[in-house]
Amino acid sequence: MKTIRIASGQGFWGDMLEAPVQQVEGGPIDYLMLDYLAEVTMSIMQKQRSRNPELGYATDFVPLMERILPACVERDIKVTANAGGVNPAGCSAAVLEVARKLGLGGQVRVGIVRGDDIMDRLESFTRDGIELRNMDTGEPLSTVIDRVQSANVYFGAWPIVEALSRGARVVVTGRCTDTGLTLAPMAYEFGWAKDDWDRVAAGTIAGHTIECGAQASGGNCMVDWDSIPDLANIGYPIVEASADGTFVITKHPGTGGRISPAVIKEQLVYEMGDPKAYITPDCVADFTSIHLAGDGTDRVRMFGIRGNPETEFYKVSISYSSGFKAVGTLVYAWPDAYRKAEAADRILRERLERLGLRFDEVLTEFVGASACHGPLAGTPSGELAEVELRVGVRSESKADVERFTKELAPLVLTGPPNVTGFAGGRPRVQEIVAYWPALIPKSVVEPVVEIAEA
Amino acid sequence: MKTIRLLDIAHARSGDKGDTANVGLIARRPEFYPVLVERVTVEAVKRHFDGLVHGGVERFELPNLEALNFLLHEALGGGGTVSLKTDAQGKTYSSALLRMEIEIDDDLARLIP
Repeated sequence: MKTIRIASGQGFWGDMLEAPVQQVEGGPIDYLMLDYLAEVTMSIMQKQRSRNPELGYATDFVPLMERILPACVERDIKVTANAGGVNPAGCSAAVLEVARKLGLGGQVRVGIVRGDDIMDRLESFTRDGIELRNMDTGEPLSTVIDRVQSANVYFGAWPIVEALSRGARVVVTGRCTDTGLTLAPMAYEFGWAKDDWDRVAAGTIAGHTIECGAQASGGNCMVDWDSIPDLANIGYPIVEASADGTFVITKHPGTGGRISPAVIKEQLVYEMGDPKAYITPDCVADFTSIHLAGDGTDRVRMFGIRGNPETEFYKVSISYSSGFKAVGTLVYAWPDAYRKAEAADRILRERLERLGLRFDEVLTEFVGASACHGPLAGTPSGELAEVELRVGVRSESKADVERFTKELAPLVLTGPPNVTGFAGGRPRVQEIVAYWPALIPKSVVEPVVEIAEA
Repeated sequence: MKTIRLLDIAHARSGDKGDTANVGLIARRPEFYPVLVERVTVEAVKRHFDGLVHGGVERFELPNLEALNFLLHEALGGGGTVSLKTDAQGKTYSSALLRMEIEIDDDLARLIP
């Protein structure tokens, strides 16, 4: 039975640069899938493009292609990547330029999936009664529409399938689901129908399993974490897919990490909502139907997956400007480290109050005592070796946030003793780009697939 | 009966969606799953996260994975880029849940290594 091997090479923009190279060089694969886009990434890219119209995509992708494209051509490996960000055409042009430079002219077709950027259509949607209500709060987009920085529809696998069927070696998309990058090669190679919901769901779950890279092969894994071998050389996961919708998760031999049913279970529940209704543009997958079985060393077989029909909506990822924030820290040492940090916090808050600064929120955390687990961590011991006081503020007023950043260092000479950790200078003021999830009828947005050749 | 921590019989992974954290709780052995279903209720989890989670708690069962999935609402200080928290993505809520203490039968307790 024909199988194809789809390798995950990047779980987010900023993941290990060597991982995709390891996937190409470490053993046989047919596809390399690279996920670059987190929720906030699009707004960062939008800003980059506004400064330079040639940018606005995952720039790491281009030097990566320079390294691996010759091997991909030689061994017939195809690449699916949402590296296009808000400028898939610019990203594609950069990849084609690299291909020409490598002497691969005439041998590399790049598929471009765009049409996801609806920034310019928001006003007209709103006029037509498409309110783009926030999925969490129910508010209509009109309340923040003048502050929107980016707006992109999540497309699924099918535009990528089209690009592959038109001969693309590399498919570069804008906003597209992480799962679609893996489902598309399976649907294309095996000729799955769009309404073959069980197989589409299987490809979707395969995608979910490997979309966070090494989180499926022993990274960030709780179960027996201290016995997972050679994390320094961790192998990224590979889907070995069959036409019937079953697949095996594995990794290249000689790499570190671990793939076992327990490890895969941890990744399956990651960022899960209702397990019976994992909604993507392509289907509604049922995670309660998944069966797992060990299949030899570092191999887990997944089967029995069921899916339901797609919904009538795309999800939209909108980002908008929402004020400013800054976070500052100081470190207090034994004895009474926690009490000193608490006292410093009281003094700081009194000073902020006297200055008449206005904040939507002031949050104090005590790193080393309770920053992660809060009250669940219990009463801090008086013997703690040190505690980091961490104070964050948020405000619509940039000036007030800026003033706050100048009030931390003075505490060193004007507050409780045995304090250090101020050498980094004043905290940085950050603009908050908030996330607005919404739904839009599929009927009003159409993906565009183009092919360009080196 | 013996009092144990969830850490002894389960592992977990957590993540975020806006201001909601999810914690997937997975039994370390199939024998432990029914105990999780019986003892790690919505009410118990809500109580456990008092002071850290301000909204409601939802629970979903995945018997095929011997796992429960919890959604903890209003848990991340606004979530994403808005949150001022160290753990704005709820990455450590997995181990926070594993702090919970429950009572289990001695027979089951003997299976804990």
